[in-house]
Amino acid sequence: MSKRVFVTGIGIISGIGKNVEETLQSLIEGKSGVEEIKYLRTNHKGTIPVSEVKFSEEELIEMAGVPAGEPYTRSTLIGMIAAAEAVKNAHIFDIKDKRTGLISGTTVGGMDKSEHYYHDLLNTNNHIKYIETHDCGDSTERIADYIGVKDFVSTTSTACSSAANSMILGSRMIKNGMLDRVIAGGIESLTRYHMNGFNTLMILDREPCKPFDENRKGLNLGEGAAFVVLESEESVKESGKKVLAELTGYGNSCEAFHQTASTPEGKGAYAAMKEALERSGLKPEQIDYINAHGTGTENNDISEGRAIETLFGTNPPKISSTKSYTGHTTSAAGGVEAVISVLAIQHNMIFPNLNFKQQMKELSFKPVTELLRDVKVDHVLSNSFGFGGNNSALIFSRY
Amino acid sequence: MEVYIQGIGNISPQNTSDNSTFLNEPLNHEAGYLLCVEPNYKDYINPIQLRRMSKLIKMGITASKMCLQEAGIENPGAIITGTGLGLVGDTEKFLNQVLDYNEEFLTPTAFIQSTHNTISGQVAIALQCYNYNNTYSHRGFSFESALLDGMLLIHNKDAENVLVGGFDEITPEHYSIVKKTRWVKKENINSLELLNHKTQGSIVGEGVAFFSLAGERNDKTYARIKNIKTIYKPQSNEEVAEKIDLFLKENGLSKEDIDLVVLGLNGNTETDHYYNYLSDNYFNTNYAYFKHLSGDFHTAGTFGLWFAAMAVKHQMVPQIARYRKENFIEKPIRNVLVYNHFRNVDHSIFLLTQ
Repeated sequence: MSKRVFVTGIGIISGIGKNVEETLQSLIEGKSGVEEIKYLRTNHKGTIPVSEVKFSEEELIEMAGVPAGEPYTRSTLIGMIAAAEAVKNAHIFDIKDKRTGLISGTTVGGMDKSEHYYHDLLNTNNHIKYIETHDCGDSTERIADYIGVKDFVSTTSTACSSAANSMILGSRMIKNGMLDRVIAGGIESLTRYHMNGFNTLMILDREPCKPFDENRKGLNLGEGAAFVVLESEESVKESGKKVLAELTGYGNSCEAFHQTASTPEGKGAYAAMKEALERSGLKPEQIDYINAHGTGTENNDISEGRAIETLFGTNPPKISSTKSYTGHTTSAAGGVEAVISVLAIQHNMIFPNLNFKQQMKELSFKPVTELLRDVKVDHVLSNSFGFGGNNSALIFSRY
Repeated sequence: MEVYIQGIGNISPQNTSDNSTFLNEPLNHEAGYLLCVEPNYKDYINPIQLRRMSKLIKMGITASKMCLQEAGIENPGAIITGTGLGLVGDTEKFLNQVLDYNEEFLTPTAFIQSTHNTISGQVAIALQCYNYNNTYSHRGFSFESALLDGMLLIHNKDAENVLVGGFDEITPEHYSIVKKTRWVKKENINSLELLNHKTQGSIVGEGVAFFSLAGERNDKTYARIKNIKTIYKPQSNEEVAEKIDLFLKENGLSKEDIDLVVLGLNGNTETDHYYNYLSDNYFNTNYAYFKHLSGDFHTAGTFGLWFAAMAVKHQMVPQIARYRKENFIEKPIRNVLVYNHFRNVDHSIFLLTQ
C-alpha cells in the first residue's frame, strides 16, 4: 500500500462560525462560541454555558435551501451545510464523476427531535415523521442525498471519536482503491439527552472551560458539523487540483478500562498517538503542533497530558485545545479539529488554548496561550477520545 | 478481501446458540415482535457484573464469548460492531428520566450504557483487548460496515483475526412507536407464516451475533467470505440484478455458480419485489429466506450471514427456510449469495464460498 490520501476540501459550521472563513476569523480573534444557552430548549438555560451554532432551525433550513416541513433534524441541517461547503471547497462540480463516499460520525443522531416529540410519538399519531429521523443513519443518508453521494455511505458511532474514525475508514477505503474520494467527518447538535447525561457525570463547567489548567472544572458542550474531502493521489493528479494537506497517519486503540473514564497514565491515548506516528513514518520531534482532545475535565487532561509526555518527553510540541473556542462538539469534534488542523497548516498559525491561567502541577508543559503567526506548521497531530475507551489520533501534514 | 469465518456466536429468536444443530426445532412467535431466546448468561459472565448489565449488554458479551470460544481465540486483533438503534432499553430509560423528572435528579448509569459503542467497549474490557475498536450505526449498513472494516483490516495485515458483530434489540415501548410506521405489520401474525400475509410492513425482530474472522483457513472454518458489497438506494429491480451480475464477475463467478441464494424476504408486499425479481428473472437455483425466523431489524444481515455459513458447514438447507420449495434440488453447497435490503434503501450482498 503506497497510495497517499489528500485533503482537498474542508467545510465547517460550529459556535464560532457558519463556514471556514468565519471559523478562521474567530480563531484568529480569540473569539469563543461558548455562551449562555439560546436555542436548546432546556431547564439548564442560564446555568450551563455551551457553544451553540448561532442559528435557529428556521434559519438553518433557509441556509441549506431545503423545503420547510420536511423532517430534517438540527444535526442533519448543520451536516448538510458543512458537507456542501467541503464539496465546494474541493472544487467538485460533478460529484458522480468519481467513486465518492460519505462517512459521517454521530452519536445522538436525531435525538433533538425524538426528545422533543417523544410523548407524542408514544401516545399519539402526531409528528410521527420523526420516528424515522431518530437513528444515526438518517442524517448521513439525508446529507448524502443533498450532496449527491451514491457510491458508499456509512456512519461511525464511537461517541467523541466518531468523526476521527470516519476519516480513518475513508482513508483506508481510498488506499485500497475502493473509492476515489470520501467526504468524512461528523455532526452533532446539542440535545437535552446528552447535556443531562454529561451533567450527571458532573463534568460540565459552569464557566468557560479551561483545558490543561490546574483549576479546570470540566467541559463545555458544543454543537457543530465538519467534513474534509479525502482524495486519492490519482484523483488529485488527474484534476490537478490544489491539495490542502495530506492525511499521513492515523491510530485507533481501545483503552479497555472504563466506559467513561481514562487511565491516569493515558494508556489508550498513548497507543493511538504512537500508532499514528508509526503509520506516518514521522519521528515525534517532527510534529509541530498537537491539537489536543483537551476537554477540560480533570480526568482527560491529566491522562492525555501524561500520554503526550510519555511519547514526546517533557519538551513536547506546541499544544492547544481549541475546545475552548468550539466547546466539545462530541461526535463532530474530530471533524471540527481536523478542519482547524488543516487551517493551521494552510496559514502557518497555531491557535491558542483560551482561558488558561495556571499550569497543571502534574504536567511539565503549558499549552499555547497566544495566537502564533508565521510559525512552521508542517505536521499536526489531532486527538479524539471517546466513551468506551475509543481513542483515535490523526496526523495532517503539509503537502 | 477474502476472510474465513472461524467461529460464530448467534443469539436470536431461534435456538441458535449451539452451532452443532441447524434450526432443527424452529420456534414460532405469535407476538407482534420476536424476542431472542436468551442463553444462560452465568456460563459466560460473573454474577456480580451480570446484575449491572442491561439485556443487550449481556447478550453482546455472551455472544462474543461464544464466538471466540468456538474460534479458539483469546484476544482478537480488533473488535468492530454495528447497530441500527444501539441500546434501546437504556436510551428509553434515560430519556424517560430526563422528560419525567424535568432534567433533575438523574443518575448516569443508563446514559453511560446508551452510547452505541458500549458493547464494543464492554467486550474489549471483558477481554482486556487494547486493539482497534470501532462501531458503526447506519441502518441496513451497520453490520455490513463493520464487516467491511474487519475484512479490510485482515486484507491489509493490520490484524490477523477480527471479532465482528451486529446487535439490535426491540422493547415494548419502541415497538409501540415503530408500529406507527409503514414498515411494521398492523396485524399480529404467526411468525413462521410470514410470507402468507400479503400486507404492508414486516415483523420486528432482534438479535446479536458475533463472527470471528481470519485470513487463513483452519479446521474450524465454516466458510470463506469472498466479498461483500453495499448498494445505496438502487432505482430498480434491474439495477440490483445488474450490480449483482457485475459483483459476481468481479469475483470470478457467474450466476450459474451460485448454489444457494439467501434472500432477506420480509413479507412486505411493497418491497419484496427486489427479491422476487432475482428469483424469477435472474437466478435459477435454490433459495432460502430467514426473516420469518429472525424478524426484521437493522442488523438482520447477521442472521443471514450466520445462515449462509451454517448452510455451507452443514451442507444442508433446513426445510423451514427453503423458498420456492417445489423447485428445490439437493446439491452440494459451494457458493452462497446473501442478498438483503433494509427498507428499500440499504441493499447488501455477501458472497460466501466453501
